[in-house]
Amino acid sequence: MSSITRRRALGVAAGAAGAVAVLAHAGPAGAAAPRAAADPASFDEVYQGRRIRGGPAHGGGHHGGHHGGGYAVTVDGRELHVMRNADGTWISVIHHYEPVATPRELARAAVRELRGAPLVPLALG
Amino acid sequence: MTVRKNQATLTADEKRRFVDALLELKRSGRYDTFVTTHNAFIMGDTDDGDRVGHRSPSFLPWHRRFLLEFEAALKSVDPTVTLPYWDWTADRTSRSSLWAPDLLGGTGRARDGQVTDGPFARVGNRWPITVRVDGRDFLRRDLGAGGRQLPTRAEVDSVLAMETYDTAPWNSASDGFRNHLEGWRGVNLHNRVHVWVGGQMATGVSPNDPVFWLHHAFVDKLWADWQARHPGSAYLPAAGTRNVVDLHDTMRPWNDVTPADMLDHTPHYTFDTAA
Repeated sequence: MSSITRRRALGVAAGAAGAVAVLAHAGPAGAAAPRAAADPASFDEVYQGRRIRGGPAHGGGHHGGHHGGGYAVTVDGRELHVMRNADGTWISVIHHYEPVATPRELARAAVRELRGAPLVPLALG
Repeated sequence: MTVRKNQATLTADEKRRFVDALLELKRSGRYDTFVTTHNAFIMGDTDDGDRVGHRSPSFLPWHRRFLLEFEAALKSVDPTVTLPYWDWTADRTSRSSLWAPDLLGGTGRARDGQVTDGPFARVGNRWPITVRVDGRDFLRRDLGAGGRQLPTRAEVDSVLAMETYDTAPWNSASDGFRNHLEGWRGVNLHNRVHVWVGGQMATGVSPNDPVFWLHHAFVDKLWADWQARHPGSAYLPAAGTRNVVDLHDTMRPWNDVTPADMLDHTPHYTFDTAA
């Protein structure tokens, strides 16, 4: 089984989306001081035996492109893909249809759903 | 002519042919390409950026085209097969025949959520979960976990009554029919059904569960029902909207189809009951 990263799997589709997102943030509508101010606090805790961490993504890093989030969450050091909704709620790739209030809640919900399984980069058989 | 039928009315032979076609697509590797495409869009579609498959007006035409492609793949295996739909307002418990071993199999076991009966159970190894976001390679479900309820007919009717297709800002914060059907706002129809099923259906790789297609075939039928109820209501927005697929813009990943091309389902299929 080969495995590729989510970023590579997103490929062309995400590249276009990312380019647009960058432009949006650079433009007048993206003078996003309020957005930055509203970013949730970082967290770092052990929940049900697993290390969950969240905080601003490193500048221009992994989170700059495909979802415009700017906030990274990990479970045992592995990325949990998260996204912020327009109303400020959050979803993750593990809970993609059920928004919760904060990234910390999202990480905890993911730990409960994973039942000990590791997160993996998107794996293709 | 393709007729999409309520899953509850399928004959034993129709169920067997549908299941066999799914298993053949899986075996050949074609099935997983659909899972990969869906996950790429669900992770790439954002409220403040480019959005095509979800949280946007094109949620409905995008999934209509996605299902048409999938149905064509099924037909290439067995030309008699069409996509059935699951009316979750009527067949709303885990005891529905939908979840019997001759169709989709039932809910997951308590210990690890693993589906243990039906054609897609790990036993038999005909349904490995290869496009995945965690280490588990078996189909999981948790039907109605925590006492969750599927939407009622009255809730569906309240959404079908909305006259306006979609509204600015054309995302998960919008008012209007599309976003209420999708479920980011209001009584929550489509999203809630994903959550009710649980397992992979609640994740970005939701097409790993074959019920994905039956769920979306019913969401698609609700769009047709809405059109019949509001013949004067059009797809919106019409033109010039940044990050959003307007009526005559092409949709990724196909780039040869617009929402306008998808408004009328009848060139492609009809339903077993009048829309």
